[in-house]
Amino acid sequence: MATNDIVLEAKGITKHFPGVLANDHVDFDLHKGEIHALLGENGAGKTTLMNILYGLYLPDSGEIQVDGKPAVIHTPKDSITLGIGMVHQHFMLIPVFTVAENIMLGDEIVRNKIVLDQKAVAKRVRDLSHQYGLEINPETLVSQLPVGVQQRVEIVKALYRNAHILILDEPTAVLTPQEADELFVIMHELTKRGVSIIFITHKLKEVLAVADRITVMRDGKVVGTAKPKETDEAKLASMMVGREVILKVDKDPAKPGNEILKVDGLKVHDIRGLEVVRDVSFHVLAGEVLGIAGVQGNGQTELVEALTGLRSMAGGKMWFSGKDMTGKPPRPITETGMAHIPEDRQRHGLVLGYTVADNMVLNTYYLPPFGVHNMLQPAAIDSNARKLIEDYDVRTPSPYVPVGKLSGGNQQKVIVARELSHPVKLLVANQPTRGLDVGSIEYIHKEIIVMRDRGVAVLLVSAELDEIMALSDRIAVMYRGQIVATVDAAKVTREQLGLWMAGAHPEE
Amino acid sequence: MDWRRFAIIALVIVIMFGTVVVVGISQNSPLVIITSMLATTIAVATPLTLGALSGIYCERSGVVNIGIEGMMLGAAFFGWLASIYMNTVFHQVPMLSLLTGVFVAVLTGGLFALLHAVLSITFKVDQIIGGTVINILATGITGFLNRQMFFGSGSVFGGTVPHSPGVLPSIHIPLLADIPVFGRIFQQQPITLSALALVVITHFVLFHTRWGLRTRAVGEHPRAADTVGINVIRMRYLNVIIGGFMAGLGGAYFTLESISSFEPMMTNGRGFIALAAMIFGNWTPFGAWAAALVFGAAQALQINLQFFRELIPPSLAILQNSYVVGLAPYILTMLILTGLIGKTIAPAADGKPYEK
Amino acid sequence: MQNIDGQIPVKKLRDLLNPLLVPLLAIFTAMVAGGIIIAIVGGNPFAAYWGLVQGSFGSAAALSETAVWATPYIFAGLAVAVAFKGGLFNIGAEGQLAFGAVMAALIGYALPGWLHIDLPAYIHIPLTVGLGMLAGAIWAAIPGALKAYTGGHEVINTIMMNYIALNITSFLLNGPMRDPDPLNLSARTPEIAASARIPTIFPDLRVHWGFVLALLVAVIIWWLLWKTTMGFEIRTVGANPDAAKYAGINVKRTIVITMAISGALAGLAGAIEVTALNYRHELGFSVGYGFDSIAIALLGKTNPFGVVLAAILFGAMRNGGTRMQFMTQIPVDIISVIQGLILLFVAADAIIRFIYRIRVREERVVLTRGWGG
Repeated sequence: MATNDIVLEAKGITKHFPGVLANDHVDFDLHKGEIHALLGENGAGKTTLMNILYGLYLPDSGEIQVDGKPAVIHTPKDSITLGIGMVHQHFMLIPVFTVAENIMLGDEIVRNKIVLDQKAVAKRVRDLSHQYGLEINPETLVSQLPVGVQQRVEIVKALYRNAHILILDEPTAVLTPQEADELFVIMHELTKRGVSIIFITHKLKEVLAVADRITVMRDGKVVGTAKPKETDEAKLASMMVGREVILKVDKDPAKPGNEILKVDGLKVHDIRGLEVVRDVSFHVLAGEVLGIAGVQGNGQTELVEALTGLRSMAGGKMWFSGKDMTGKPPRPITETGMAHIPEDRQRHGLVLGYTVADNMVLNTYYLPPFGVHNMLQPAAIDSNARKLIEDYDVRTPSPYVPVGKLSGGNQQKVIVARELSHPVKLLVANQPTRGLDVGSIEYIHKEIIVMRDRGVAVLLVSAELDEIMALSDRIAVMYRGQIVATVDAAKVTREQLGLWMAGAHPEE
Repeated sequence: MDWRRFAIIALVIVIMFGTVVVVGISQNSPLVIITSMLATTIAVATPLTLGALSGIYCERSGVVNIGIEGMMLGAAFFGWLASIYMNTVFHQVPMLSLLTGVFVAVLTGGLFALLHAVLSITFKVDQIIGGTVINILATGITGFLNRQMFFGSGSVFGGTVPHSPGVLPSIHIPLLADIPVFGRIFQQQPITLSALALVVITHFVLFHTRWGLRTRAVGEHPRAADTVGINVIRMRYLNVIIGGFMAGLGGAYFTLESISSFEPMMTNGRGFIALAAMIFGNWTPFGAWAAALVFGAAQALQINLQFFRELIPPSLAILQNSYVVGLAPYILTMLILTGLIGKTIAPAADGKPYEK
Repeated sequence: MQNIDGQIPVKKLRDLLNPLLVPLLAIFTAMVAGGIIIAIVGGNPFAAYWGLVQGSFGSAAALSETAVWATPYIFAGLAVAVAFKGGLFNIGAEGQLAFGAVMAALIGYALPGWLHIDLPAYIHIPLTVGLGMLAGAIWAAIPGALKAYTGGHEVINTIMMNYIALNITSFLLNGPMRDPDPLNLSARTPEIAASARIPTIFPDLRVHWGFVLALLVAVIIWWLLWKTTMGFEIRTVGANPDAAKYAGINVKRTIVITMAISGALAGLAGAIEVTALNYRHELGFSVGYGFDSIAIALLGKTNPFGVVLAAILFGAMRNGGTRMQFMTQIPVDIISVIQGLILLFVAADAIIRFIYRIRVREERVVLTRGWGG
């Protein structure tokens, strides 16, 4: 390709954060009309680089050229002016605004210099959505739209600003495989019309399917660039991680035992009072992993919160270890032997300002030997912490460091250590590896299988289909608050699961 | 604001008005009582309305402001001080003195708000603590200067409170004020009338202008606003300062429109009740105004019951006790905050400093 | 995170002094700013501050009065600090204090009459003080329960409870509980019985055993917060209510308990003022304690021992302020301004760090949250 084809070029980008070198002399370029994938693990520096291109961070050094001219990007406004648009991993949409309001924000059309012209904006949005085949209704409130449509709103938002360079940050994380395929079609449609796309992801299959070029980042550095035809999953994976990666989890066939958890006709409401878990029934046996697959936001969070006592049930029954535990608060459930690795580890699982030692007794502080006659026993808390730090290889300078200072992987290990250190009959793990590095993911996967083989019942909830398929013995698929299918993990394909996750009925 | 909320507000006001009508019917016709109560209600609701508007500007942009009480107190003092200076030291006519007072009061509110903005936006101090700092500072400064300037031996005015320029006169609005009986409702002083105008203006600004859209965006999801090139920090600063102007005007009501003197801590919790009105009004100007009217009505009830004291039957003697009747607005505030009358939803980023 | 030696780092003297650095600089800066204000209004700041020091620490009597002033500040400061630890902002210490005082006064003057016996002091004093505490606890538990079960924000509710308390005490002290003495012109209760009075420590000085009790209570509160499981629960709810719920703590109950403890401490402040100092409750005696106690709790960084130091400082300033006014004619109200400035600089410690170029960062403590819940 000729050099005048380059629409965006970054040279020698370096960015420090306290204690971290997030970008280390990164070079990156983008040709007109191509999809250039940026691949890397969590924390490899992809998002930092994109935030620099989009003006959210200033680089410590390095230069950026857009359309062959040196560009100064200090704020998002600068990058918008240069024709760069970004669809963030967490959508930058305001739920209580309409689609039109979200799209016009910052670039409003006004009448008589002050009054917002909603009609003119709506017309513009309709025109754009027809032009690119992105159907959206400008008058709808964003909070009422499914995530896939919200993503389209984000893309139209960029096009409304005449973006010809589009950055998509982990766009498939919230989509079903089918929705992701639709997105890829849209991406190709956009490139045909002259838009150039930077596609950030950590999913190997997707890059191979959709990208024209692939650049891999690791530890803030660019490791290499490749064409899909000249590489494969294993090569990309070892580039990403820096060593050979075993993509499969080794496990023996499950030896299921008694029924540990039984859920019948469970109904749960969300904060707004909408029924988001609708008549869900399933059971988990000792010594098996039941994986709950599904796109985020289909009621999994509320399901787990109801099972663990964090959220009240609106209907249905739950038996745990043979006892009716319907509507019980967390404490008796924990005491009966449920361990819970929560979805949001910093919100539910840890008190970030507390020491590692205190976090390791967060839900057992009142039980002997940690709490005797309502008094805390520092000696017992200390020896517990030292033992768990050793056993679970938690990297911390001491048990008395605030847990908030540890890395994400070590924070998760603190939770896993705590939850598995008391007698466990059922392990509920919700998104246990989200946002972790490959080493920590492997460790936690291994730990889950160890627990299964010890006869613990495991309920695994994950939006990562690969994780579900690697660990589960049986898989239940959740769609819009219902379990649409439950199958033997050995007898199902990725494609089939994907269809169910998108709402297809098993019989069809 | 949903219709249920307005219906509840209307009901509460009708009950309060009804009580006075029942008590006073032997002395005045219901129509006269109701118009007089309406006029009082609208007038005494003024600082609450302005305080609530102040809260709306701040919180819609994402800054919690519990310092409104202090801003109003400070504005009440400095506005009054300015009017007295103009009147006695510079020998200006009362009207000019009073208007200068209003100007200084509004400016004072803005300056206190600037301090709140520096604390909560730039230094990211816990916003509720920042507001408390404002309240404590305002109480201290006004108390100190009030004593130093008027009562100390070395005071500016020689140990006496000088002659004040009075209060702002009522404005006679042609046509409206000429309506028989009901015209009395529109016979109001300028700050009260401006408060009504500001309710309408704030609604328009918030929901129909670019400024309003961006303000709400910054209060709901500052990062989203930032990514489309809106300067979050600047929007928050300006809105907090505008909020301060509102609180300042509300403060002026106390010493330049209601009575012509200053008492330490004279705002008496009105700034906090205004916040409750804002919450009950679901952070909308009309809703907050309606809620402020409820508190105004409660105060009008108290005033009128004192007026008709002799007519209260012995079985309702409790209504004669001003301490007991005076509890009404406070208990009402607490009831409202329980959310039993319907939950309200604060702007999503309210109270959270913006971290890039 | 390379260093995995597993040792608790030995605290150096510098580490112990570091937390004091910002509060001390905040006090210093506020004093300088206050001095500038004094100079602007035509006073001599050095003379004023000399009067302040003389009046608060210059003699045995001055020290005694400082302790007398500090006593309610310690209790009320602890009240606010405990609430902060539990993630609650109690702006209602004023009302809780007034209620504790009214209750203590009532039990103090009326109980022997109701029972038709002379109570011995060892029964009457604990009963008076205990019921005063209870009154404060209940008064604070109401907004606590509203917060826990309806989500009504405690900041506004505790303030509303202040005004309600003020109205009710005004009603009581002007009506049913008014001192019937024909010479009495003010809204106050009769004097409490001799059997309900806490004695002074030294015969000629006003400092009373309530001050010693305050120091003891500070130790108890420290012990409660850091050594007991209930303290663990209070702190966990304060630090992260979601995690507390996850950990099986009854968050709602803990909120009510925290507010009740906080209110009990404020009520204790009022009860001790009645039983050990004034021997009656009089309208308007407590104006300002509510907000001062917030400043004290923050200056003491919500640590019980820090609160004691901050309370003694505030007590000294209030006490010395009277002498300062006498010596220099600077109104004692300047003390409120200086205290407001101290709070300003403590709350906005970034300003202090900026002025004095301090680079050491401390952990930020989340004290309160927005209206969300």
